[in-house]
Amino acid sequence: MIEIHNVSKSFGDQTILRNVSAQFHPGKVNFIIGRSGSGKSVLTKCTVGLLEPDQGHVTYDGRNFTEMDRRGRKAVRQEIGMLFQGSALFDSMTVAENVMFPLRMFSDATEAEMRDRAAFCLERVELTHATDKFPSELSGGMQKRVGIARAIAMNPKYLFCDEPNSGLDPQTAIVIDNLIGDLTREFNMTTVVVSHDMNSVMEASDFIHFIHQGRIAWHGATSEILSAKSEVLNEFIFASKIMRELRKTIS
Amino acid sequence: MGLFFHIGRYASFMGSVLRRPEQGAVFRKLLVEEMNAIGLQSLGIVALLSVFMGAVICIQTAHQIGGWIPVYTIGFTVRQTMILEFSPTLIPVILAGKVGSNIASQLGTMRVTEQIDALEIMGVNSAGYLVLPKMIAALTCIPFLVILSMALGIGAGMWVGVSTGVSSAADFEYGMQIDFNAFDVTYALIKTCVFALIISSVSAYHGYFTSGGALEVGRSSTKAVVYAVVIVMVANLLLTQMLLG
Repeated sequence: MIEIHNVSKSFGDQTILRNVSAQFHPGKVNFIIGRSGSGKSVLTKCTVGLLEPDQGHVTYDGRNFTEMDRRGRKAVRQEIGMLFQGSALFDSMTVAENVMFPLRMFSDATEAEMRDRAAFCLERVELTHATDKFPSELSGGMQKRVGIARAIAMNPKYLFCDEPNSGLDPQTAIVIDNLIGDLTREFNMTTVVVSHDMNSVMEASDFIHFIHQGRIAWHGATSEILSAKSEVLNEFIFASKIMRELRKTIS
Repeated sequence: MGLFFHIGRYASFMGSVLRRPEQGAVFRKLLVEEMNAIGLQSLGIVALLSVFMGAVICIQTAHQIGGWIPVYTIGFTVRQTMILEFSPTLIPVILAGKVGSNIASQLGTMRVTEQIDALEIMGVNSAGYLVLPKMIAALTCIPFLVILSMALGIGAGMWVGVSTGVSSAADFEYGMQIDFNAFDVTYALIKTCVFALIISSVSAYHGYFTSGGALEVGRSSTKAVVYAVVIVMVANLLLTQMLLG
């Protein structure tokens, strides 16, 4: 389980996160949702150590990540896979080399073993035909899938996905959502997805944290969100016409 | 305040860069790639500039001497200019433009496309992984380029001097050899090594800490070249005073 304890973060005089606490459940897809600029990405970056919180700490299965030394963090990070908003594939490497990269850096696997693992991960995201292509030759959806394959290459315990559907058409977005959900259950990972896409939330999430003005304004299971009493949450989730229609149907 | 911030961050950055690489085999592969990019791919421009500069120095010197100044001064001047200043200072300045902007824009692009964050998340020391091979490649390749530049410049000066008739081959060779001090070459190579480190590290620093988008990558690239050239010039003065003063 990943636990965030009273994390605050400011940039200059602008406070982004205010005393945020949250728990992300193992084997489940945990969504952090909220409007643009609400602090979702900053919270994720504080959680994975790309930003240092001003206050508070983050634990991974009881291990205090925030206060760990460089070696400790390195060990935890090898248990983390991350899918970035823009995929963040290394553009000088082929798809297979991208997927093999973490193995090459941190495992004692032979070249053949690394190729086998890359082939397995690429097969899992249905991209075996793209092994020798470069990222620039792939569509946005394919790049996301390679990003997922790279993220799971080291068999991580924790998977972070930053806006996995940004820039994708609805059908491809559903494919990515389902893939994240399936992989979470298959590898029993603690998955944290940052998104503001309600379709994605309803498609893939198990638990949701709604962040508003740097605070967790609501959290609960996905089944509870449509009947939540939080006014700011309702404004957010029923902002689109299709969600308002859904509310009418339910009520 | 800004200056101290950058000095502190640069020192901390260098601390990360100079850590032991995670995988020797990966590091060696990257080093070879960087040596190709920084060294081999700069051969053409270095050779071209050195040949023309050696030739121009020869003609200018011939134009200025006359009367009581002996002809062998042409060979002497070409040698001294190439060894003391043109090759060890101007070649690195030119490489600051070519190699420095390349390093800064490459790292800047990796930063804004989150590739550096991806390395960090995996547990890779991104500064060391990306920058150390570039610094070592610069440190090993640029001195060779400078030595090549010296040889080509002097050779071109001699060829132009003899072919235009301003100097005989014997006079030029005599001028080249007269009053030769081997320490001049040592001085030139010490300067070159320092400049190679400045160019690669300052450019990498500016690229690595890029934030924003494509516009900022361009700005970082420009800043990298400007700062690298300015620092090279200041270091040139200090090293010259320390080693020759």
